Amino acid sequence: MEVKQTADVAVEHHDDHTHEHDHHETFLTKYIFSQDHKTIAKQYLITAIIMAFFGMYMSLIFRLQLGFPETKFAFLESLIGKWGKGGRLDPGFYMALVTIHGTIMVFFVLTGGLSGTFSNLLIPLQVGARDMASGFLNMLSFWFFFLSCAVMTYSVYIETGPAAGGWTVYPPLSALPQAMPGSGLGMTLWLVSMVFFIIQSLLGGINYICTVINLRTKGMSMTRLPLTVWAFFITAILGVLTFPVLFAAALLLVFDRSFGTSFYLSDIFIGGVALPQSGGSPVLYEHLFWFLGHPEVYIIILPAFGLTSEVLSTMGRKPIFGYKAMVGSLMAIAFLSCIVWGHHMFVTGMNPFLGAVFTFTTLLVAIPSAVKVFNYLATLWRAKIQLTPAMCFAIGLVSLFISGGLTGIILGDSALDINVHDTYFVVAHFHVVMGASAIFGMLAGVYHWFPRMFGRMMNKTLGYVHFWLTLIAVYGVFFPMHFIGLGGVPRRYYSNSAYEGFDVFLNINTLITVFAFLAAIAQVIFLFNFVYSIFKGKKAPQNPWHSNTLEWTSPAGPGIHGNWNGPIPTVYRWPYDYSKPGADDDYIPQTVPYSQTKNSNLPGEE
Amino acid sequence: MTLLITITILLGIIVLARLMTIVQLSSELTGSSDSQEEQVRHNNSNGFGFIVFMVLGLGLFIYMTIDYSKHLLPVSASEHGVGLDKLLNINWAIIGVVFFITQIALFYFSYKYRDNKKHEAYFYPENYKLELIWTIVPTIVLTTLIITGLKQWNGIFSEKENSMNVQVYGYQFAWITRYSGPDNILGKSNYKLITDDNPLGLDASDPAVKDDIYTTGNEMHIPLGQELKFQFNARDVIHSAYFPHFRAQMNLVPGMNTFFSFKPTITTAEMRKITGNDKFDYVLLCNKICGVAHYTMKMKVVVDTPADFKAWLKSQKKASEVKAAPPVSTLNSTANGSNSI
Ligand code: HEM
Ligand SMILES: [Cu+2]
Ligand SMILES: [Cu+2]
Repeated sequence: MEVKQTADVAVEHHDDHTHEHDHHETFLTKYIFSQDHKTIAKQYLITAIIMAFFGMYMSLIFRLQLGFPETKFAFLESLIGKWGKGGRLDPGFYMALVTIHGTIMVFFVLTGGLSGTFSNLLIPLQVGARDMASGFLNMLSFWFFFLSCAVMTYSVYIETGPAAGGWTVYPPLSALPQAMPGSGLGMTLWLVSMVFFIIQSLLGGINYICTVINLRTKGMSMTRLPLTVWAFFITAILGVLTFPVLFAAALLLVFDRSFGTSFYLSDIFIGGVALPQSGGSPVLYEHLFWFLGHPEVYIIILPAFGLTSEVLSTMGRKPIFGYKAMVGSLMAIAFLSCIVWGHHMFVTGMNPFLGAVFTFTTLLVAIPSAVKVFNYLATLWRAKIQLTPAMCFAIGLVSLFISGGLTGIILGDSALDINVHDTYFVVAHFHVVMGASAIFGMLAGVYHWFPRMFGRMMNKTLGYVHFWLTLIAVYGVFFPMHFIGLGGVPRRYYSNSAYEGFDVFLNINTLITVFAFLAAIAQVIFLFNFVYSIFKGKKAPQNPWHSNTLEWTSPAGPGIHGNWNGPIPTVYRWPYDYSKPGADDDYIPQTVPYSQTKNSNLPGEE
Repeated sequence: MTLLITITILLGIIVLARLMTIVQLSSELTGSSDSQEEQVRHNNSNGFGFIVFMVLGLGLFIYMTIDYSKHLLPVSASEHGVGLDKLLNINWAIIGVVFFITQIALFYFSYKYRDNKKHEAYFYPENYKLELIWTIVPTIVLTTLIITGLKQWNGIFSEKENSMNVQVYGYQFAWITRYSGPDNILGKSNYKLITDDNPLGLDASDPAVKDDIYTTGNEMHIPLGQELKFQFNARDVIHSAYFPHFRAQMNLVPGMNTFFSFKPTITTAEMRKITGNDKFDYVLLCNKICGVAHYTMKMKVVVDTPADFKAWLKSQKKASEVKAAPPVSTLNSTANGSNSI
């Protein structure tokens, strides 16, 4: 990559000008096949937002079914055609919607979308690099992501419907087209889409790792990295280690589906025929899947933690409490998350002794998670909190993570899991602890770094309306679900009418659906604010939040290719010198050397 | 219709956009936008909002917990389930305390330390002692909980004496229960022998099959006070046998035998009295997604006195009526030969 090294300090329009001449950028290279990490970040973000609305739309349709199981909705037929005949949702399509909703939310929104947006935007800007280690691979990674989203979206509209075996797609259900309609072409497309997704994840991850290791600016030692970068870095390592295992699981599934192997199949009689496959084990698939599956939930939540740490500290005008412990707990979580996958399999017929081992490792991973929460609380203690929308969402994340994390103690205990496994209790738990809480982290990130991305501010009032509606609706949707689960209602049920004992939950299900719609309305407000502010928002100042990190020193607005006009700034201190006693201001950017802050230096800081 | 909706939405967006521009312009004119004062006002209102949210939220939490406790599962109808319920309640108590303390701290700090121009932040980057404390205390608490849990877990999966062998067999989308008869051995079966008359694929050449009995209706009975060792098998895809009232669950995996034991302690008749619901029935639900009609896959479970159970068993299908197996080619019967891993 060619970089201009002029000594003069940035004048934005001047530089834009020269750059256009240097590169002869066309619309295509600037906005579509861009290799600039900032543009790629926006591409990820916008794709993720579109997918999030798609996934939310699906959840609304199946929530209608659960909340109003007797009502006919005439508009369903115009929305989803034959699947909504007579205004009633088809049971098979219900399964399909749940499956694709889960897949989209977990993989496309909170893995691809969250890491893709913020790792891309913030890693180069915060470590002080001109761009990613490989701009080309980075571009490729986005386009694989796009392809993956496109294939998954397309699969929803095929004749036999999309994959419908749950987002975990356990064989034999997912391996045998006879078992359900969605296991035909729909499942094939699901697998194709996931292969593209895994490729994008590896390309992205390798790039993030290389950039953090190799391209840090002068003075940016690892211990001076912002916690965002630490979180993205460790997430990327985790992804690179575990996604290949999902690839293996998917590959063997493809073999079983198409080439008559029996990795996962044995002793099956279906559709009046005894299948020849023997010797395989579906439990093998479960092991392989959850070897990725559990780290996956941390791949989702760690970047959200990173964003939250940064926002809490900046908007609290106070250093993050226990920087070293925060980094240490990130590492511990990442390591331990790779050895707890069996807690999803306590009642699969796995040896009970193994169950006990996984209970123990699960206990271990709870500890660094608890440390993070306590450190967040300590950060807020005696802070000077600016309750911007981003800060509100960061606080919301902490609240949700506490609520969801605590119910995890029950699910992680093999004995207690027996009776709540695969019930609505699990649905409630994981939505709170990783779904909602990661979405809150992501939204905090969007509100906080919007000025950096688009050079404009988002509207605050709408931001607050969005936050409060979302917070209330999220608790309104997922808190009551715990009770339904404790009442013994299984998940992935089209209707609870099969057992009379569940009738008492009808009211509560209606209430949940009403809150789900409230949540959706809130997200429409956000979407409006987002799009409107891109074009019409107030122009953002250079450093709107008085933040210490490097991204706010590069030219404001959409920025320039290469990030800084002159030489890359040098870093002299850690990023959390907020409200340091003796300092002139309540923040000291990383670029300010100790020699200029004699009054505030602590012992050892010369 | 669709057109109408689209037009309404578009109009709505345009109107909103105009409104926004006006609001923005006016705030720029009055000069209040983005000033420190404005942020302080936001801090005050949202900080107050957090307190209100916390009070109302925790209030509703308590109210719902009390109100909904009557809709949750009734007392456990199995022996081990009583212990599990107790353990669950201990967990809830501890979780409840931590939940209240941390949520209150979070929202209170957010309110108390909002910037209202009356204080400065306290530069406090580290305190090893504190961090050590909140690493060690959760570790101790969690370890205690986990160890109590694991004791029960090991108890549930230990071999019991004098247990009766019962097979629960699942297929899309129904259940069959097979009782092992006087010999207490479930005779061999093979999925290649499955026919309409022989839904379990029983192997008539195995003498142990002769005295087996299996259900044909959608109802299974189990005797009170008898330790039962369930063996689970699936015909087609994974299912899960979930007995919520007995706090029992185990997956059914094609090609594998899985097991779960429990001892019913309350008959259906007694449970009807306890719940005050004379229509109450125990149920066996499928709890692993297994196809389109997954949500319909259930079976009524009746806990009888041993005498009633014996009488009922007579009305069920005898495996000896199953015809001898048709000749089958090279089969290796794994359905009953392999061990669970
Ligand atoms: C508008 C907000 C949302 C609502 C109302 C909602 C509702 C639901 C419900 C009711 C189910 C269970 C359906 C069933 O088991 O029959 C479900 C499944 C699921 N949801 Fe959500 N959800 C929302 C957002 C999210 C988010 C943000 C995530 C991200 C992690 C997510 C991930 C999942 C997953 C992984 C499943 C499981 C799918 C499966 O069973 O295969 N959802 N959702
Ligand atoms: Cu897990
Ligand atoms: Cu099922």
